[in-house]
Amino acid sequence: MEDNASREPYYVNRGKYRGILSWLMSTDHKRIGIQYLIALLTFFWIGVLLGLLIRLSLIMPGKILSQGTYNQVFSVHGIIMIFLFIIPGIPVAFGNFFLPIMIGARDVAFPRLNRFAWWLYLTGAALVALSLFVSGGAPDTGWTFYAPYSIRTQANITMAVSGVFVLGFSSILTGLNFVTTIHRLRAPGMTWFRLPMFVWTVYATGWVQMLATPVLAITLVFIILGRVFGVGFFDPSKGGDPILYEHLFWTYSHPAVYIMVLPAMGVISEVIPVFARKTIFGYKAVAFSAVGIASVGYFVWGHHMFTSGMSDTARIIFSFITFLVAVPSGIKIFNWVATLYKGSIVLDSPLIFALSFIFLFSIGGLTGLIIGALAPNLHLHGTYFIVGHFHYVMFGGAGFAILAALHYWFPKMTGKMYNERPAKIGWLILFVGFNLLYFSMFVLGYEGMPRRYFDYPPEYYTGHLISTIGSWILATGLIIIFTNLIRSAFKGQEAPMNPWGGRGLEWTIPSPPPEENFEEIPVIDKAPYRMDG
Amino acid sequence: MGKEQTGTEEHIVSYSTYAYVWLALLVLLGATIAAARIEFSRYSVLINLLIATVKALLVVVFFMHMKYEKRFLRGLLIMSLLTLGSIIALTFSDVWYR
Amino acid sequence: MGDSEIHKDRMAAKYGIWFFLFTEILFFGGMFLLYSIFRYRNAGAFHIAAAQEDLLLGSINTAVLLTSSFFIASAISAVKRGNNRLAILLQGLTVLLGAVFLVIKYFEWMEKIVRGIYPNSPVLLKLSSGEVLFFGLYYVMTGIHGLHVFIGITVISFMIYFTATGNITRKDYAKLENTGLYWHFVDIVWIYLFPLFYLIT
Ligand SMILES: [Cu+2]
Repeated sequence: MEDNASREPYYVNRGKYRGILSWLMSTDHKRIGIQYLIALLTFFWIGVLLGLLIRLSLIMPGKILSQGTYNQVFSVHGIIMIFLFIIPGIPVAFGNFFLPIMIGARDVAFPRLNRFAWWLYLTGAALVALSLFVSGGAPDTGWTFYAPYSIRTQANITMAVSGVFVLGFSSILTGLNFVTTIHRLRAPGMTWFRLPMFVWTVYATGWVQMLATPVLAITLVFIILGRVFGVGFFDPSKGGDPILYEHLFWTYSHPAVYIMVLPAMGVISEVIPVFARKTIFGYKAVAFSAVGIASVGYFVWGHHMFTSGMSDTARIIFSFITFLVAVPSGIKIFNWVATLYKGSIVLDSPLIFALSFIFLFSIGGLTGLIIGALAPNLHLHGTYFIVGHFHYVMFGGAGFAILAALHYWFPKMTGKMYNERPAKIGWLILFVGFNLLYFSMFVLGYEGMPRRYFDYPPEYYTGHLISTIGSWILATGLIIIFTNLIRSAFKGQEAPMNPWGGRGLEWTIPSPPPEENFEEIPVIDKAPYRMDG
Repeated sequence: MGKEQTGTEEHIVSYSTYAYVWLALLVLLGATIAAARIEFSRYSVLINLLIATVKALLVVVFFMHMKYEKRFLRGLLIMSLLTLGSIIALTFSDVWYR
Repeated sequence: MGDSEIHKDRMAAKYGIWFFLFTEILFFGGMFLLYSIFRYRNAGAFHIAAAQEDLLLGSINTAVLLTSSFFIASAISAVKRGNNRLAILLQGLTVLLGAVFLVIKYFEWMEKIVRGIYPNSPVLLKLSSGEVLFFGLYYVMTGIHGLHVFIGITVISFMIYFTATGNITRKDYAKLENTGLYWHFVDIVWIYLFPLFYLIT
């Protein structure tokens, strides 16, 4: 143990570096987590602006964005939101900050590797950003980089894809680091079944990151080799097969949905017991369902390819396995509701965001079942129904969980309290805007509006108009929420050690935590979420 | 600081064990070349892959010390291989029947 | 803080490297998947194309890598016995054999490139699409494998330096052990590449 080291907050400058370098060079998991969080939210806002631009363009087709520019804007919107914001999302920001604290450790297992992963993230982000401006133009393939178009287009795919490759490497290293940390650095007495639920989900996510991301990496390598050396594995004219690209791509990108959603579920499982003042219902079921989602969810990628010319046998198999994923997801939702049941519920903003998560994610999941089934998929594939569905899952799911996590852990991270009223008002506006924006997409898609088109027949105009108005309302809500948080980070009241009455280890140390978190490594002698004492 | 288990296996593998494994690997290399030369027609690829797997096992078990590791690590290795196997199988459910 | 001693946990380091190897399995797995599909569809063409490979050089290279694996494994035993001098020698031999492997690979590639066989070459595109795929896979898989060999050589060179300067000792040899694991993995990949490209004639 360090003897007389002072217990200053983690962000107080120390060490040989000053200013920004003291952050970039830091191996403190909390500093790294905060840096990720700032980067993520920056990219989030860029993505939001691009999204607003898309919506604006859709109510006056051709007036604002030309067809080519429109393709670039929605591609960049997707690439930024998915690869720079929501996939790294919760694990890199909140996982970094809280995982070691929640298991009673001073840091992750490999602090320098953690810093390296952060640098890789920055490098990948820089490459993606650069690809927008160098010759050839921004990617216009959509975020999926489908071959053979991605091999032939003049746009600067090589650089964007290299960027995503580097981001993937960063993600692998983060997952590896977290899984090792959970195996090796749990405090004495912190047995597997005493782990907070967030840790369980980060653990399952870590495995998905390790076992799925390499498949994306090699796929991206094939694209680069195809563009640079003319290797034609996905090019029919050279004997290749574009459908194989889709297989490899979705082998990663469906599990990637769980990389986004599992930790989100972890956050929800943290928030609900605290604000319901009750122990989580069915601890083991919730824990194992995380592992179940991760392992079954790995093998359902084919549902993205029902209309791509896959064999019937494969279509039936994938459709069936897709239904299986609903089981562990259902278990989770059931257990959350059971936890809330007869709890003494405190309706503070973290819980409000968590409840919105359950509601919106359920809609996303149910519509997912509709398109995961083979027959309706043939009708809805490639329509706005899909766009609505994945925005409900990703924004309504993962996005709202990030907002829940932000509000729940904000006092711990910054040492300040935020104002409850603007948070709630912001939530209300956001929630209304969200549903206007994305629910109209279900209707549009059901009526047959195809996605990714910049123009459409007039009968779809009303739907698009409602959706666009929704996007403005949503943006207003977001502005209120983030203004409140940023203001409070500087001017808020001092936060106490445990503002919510949480039972996790993070609430037993000062807000904000000092370097190395614990004066003395705690010894754990009881299960988590024990609200009785 | 407290740690429930630290690496206790300090197993030193003798040079001769490694030498035997090395010799076995070279013999298998010879066998696989021979198998390819002799016309087994359609089975030769299968036999070659089988020999390759035996070689890989020798490397994993002895050179990579899997023999001396905890069961846990072995399980994880198998899990990764099964994952890869499932990906291949599922993709072939398309390729085969297309 | 940060780089302090408290995190020096050999077990964690071992988990870390194995987890990394798992990701490598899936990374190479993507390539083997494409290989198996393309071979399944173009069995005949693959047989014809594989005849262009130099079996002798391929076999020598296999023996070279297997032997290098033997050396690095023994180097770790040597360090554990405190025999750093022998360990340095064995690591040096590993690096040497790794280099030999790459040189032989270079000649194999050059021999084909001179004959106009390389991805997207006019000569290659005149062949059947099965052969185009075979050589595409050949260059990509051996190329990426070669890159791994190169990285391995670089890392082992650092390990030689660490062994010489006393950074790696019989008490603390996790670095070397993990490097060895990586090298063996690269060896295993080649164990599979060899029959798939040289022995299917
Ligand atoms: Cu999916």
